[in-house]
Amino acid sequence: MRIGIVCPYAWDVPGGVQAHIRDQAETLLDMGHEVSVITPVEDPMHLPPYAVDGGRPRPVPYNGSVARLTFGVKATARVRRWIREGDFDVLHVHEPLAPSLGVLACWAARGPIVATVHSSIERSRVLITGYYLAQTALEKISALIAVSEHARRTIVDHLGGDAVLIPNGVRVDHFADAVPLRIWSGPAIGFLGRMDEPRKGLPVLLAAFDRILDQQAGARLVLIGPGDAEEALAGLPDRVREATVCLGRLDEVDKARALASLDVYVAPNTGGESFGIVLLEAMAAGAPVVASDLDAFARVLDGGRCGVMFPVEDSDALASAVIGLLEDTGARTHLAQAGRRRAAAYDWHTVAGDLLDVYASVIAGQSGVREDLRGQIVGRLARRRPGGGER
Amino acid sequence: MSWWWLAAGVVVLALFGLYFSMTAGRLDRLHRRIDMSRHALDTQLLRRSGLCLEITSSGLFDPATTVVIADCAHAARASTEGEVVARGLAESDLTQVLVAAIPDAQEAQELRRDAPDPSMLDDLRSTCVRLQLSRRFHNDAVRACRQVRKQRLVRWLRLAGRTPLPQTVEMDDTPPPGLTAR
Repeated sequence: MRIGIVCPYAWDVPGGVQAHIRDQAETLLDMGHEVSVITPVEDPMHLPPYAVDGGRPRPVPYNGSVARLTFGVKATARVRRWIREGDFDVLHVHEPLAPSLGVLACWAARGPIVATVHSSIERSRVLITGYYLAQTALEKISALIAVSEHARRTIVDHLGGDAVLIPNGVRVDHFADAVPLRIWSGPAIGFLGRMDEPRKGLPVLLAAFDRILDQQAGARLVLIGPGDAEEALAGLPDRVREATVCLGRLDEVDKARALASLDVYVAPNTGGESFGIVLLEAMAAGAPVVASDLDAFARVLDGGRCGVMFPVEDSDALASAVIGLLEDTGARTHLAQAGRRRAAAYDWHTVAGDLLDVYASVIAGQSGVREDLRGQIVGRLARRRPGGGER
Repeated sequence: MSWWWLAAGVVVLALFGLYFSMTAGRLDRLHRRIDMSRHALDTQLLRRSGLCLEITSSGLFDPATTVVIADCAHAARASTEGEVVARGLAESDLTQVLVAAIPDAQEAQELRRDAPDPSMLDDLRSTCVRLQLSRRFHNDAVRACRQVRKQRLVRWLRLAGRTPLPQTVEMDDTPPPGLTAR
């Protein structure tokens, strides 16, 4: 099957959606399908062989954080050419509501289009982003997929229509086989995510870590992810700063190794999470998980059976939970085992099988994805420029 | 003063025109999507009944089950040209027979052990799952279209042209539980 995947966010900026698309593409390639991904990217040198440069991204505030999106005449022209030359059986658009390549691809194509909604967006936001814009794109989509019950509710409540629930996946083997990375001493408490993004909740963890040090003087805080660590640690007691190890942004292999060497993984997120893939990654790597009690996390943790949960933004409860785990080896081993079992159910090969069923159900009897030139003023302009004749 | 009225009138007319052309465009998109989903659903239905006939000639099931499945599959094939409700009923019958034939994972495992060609069961599973998805996507498309066509202006001005009002496809499409259990 020839599958064209559209990524809305910059490829070289780490994020859940980008990681999802990379895993999806690699798993499908692994299964013997032909895959091409078009994505915004800062530096096209970093693209894997299956990805195509969709243009430079511009930072735009979107859905509570700064997203790097690509749009405009030039991007439209690139998407059009990619669709024209790709000759895909099915087009898979991610996050069709983000004003980026996804919407452009929906406009530019006709034929079987599948779309995945990742984030849960509030109604007001959907309306602000331009209901008409969303509508024109959504009305062409043959099948909608939601990665979580939360994201599905966004679709049912605000856009009309229904979506098939296909949860996010984890490349379990990548994490389960990781060799622990031990470059520090003492029990390690890990955090993964952008340090400067408030909803990832690093300040909650830093406040709790001060209390954890009262009980566990040798504990280390391991920070993984992009962002200015100096800024995040500014104004904190010296002992907190000294006990913190900053690994910065890691590639996939080192990330798995770092997760595998944690004694406790903490997800102090304060909201806006629709699934919690990092939780599954930590679980697949065998790290016991402590997470804030967001709905999405509760679902991944099987209501608390596969991890410890604490009230959102309650750093005292977080500290007690971490101290409790660090003092109880039996509980840690138990959680690690339960976590590994839980993560296995979300392996990408299972997820890819479900995706292929959806593809097959929309492409049956169709002749593939074609360029759509009807009612596309921007598209026509973009096409006329390189001297190509119009239809 | 009268120039102002004229200008206002032109603006109002232009706005109406814009609204109509946009709505007509929407309807066109929605109808095209329904054509596609309808076609996909038809393909899956034909594939399923075809596969069932193939399975009955392969000796996968015991003779009694074989006869019932073959009977329903033939009826489903024959109803293709017929009326929508009758077709839904015939296809639902086939669904129910398949559900009864492979009710649980244990039954599926035994079938798989004795099967001359176990991949047939995998084909049957994916066809049934895809059929269910196809119908779901089709009915979604129909609902979205009917919502637009319900609007008063769309009805009064016949923006949908002569395209008949699309109908949802109603049938039982539960995949055999024995095959979908993980």
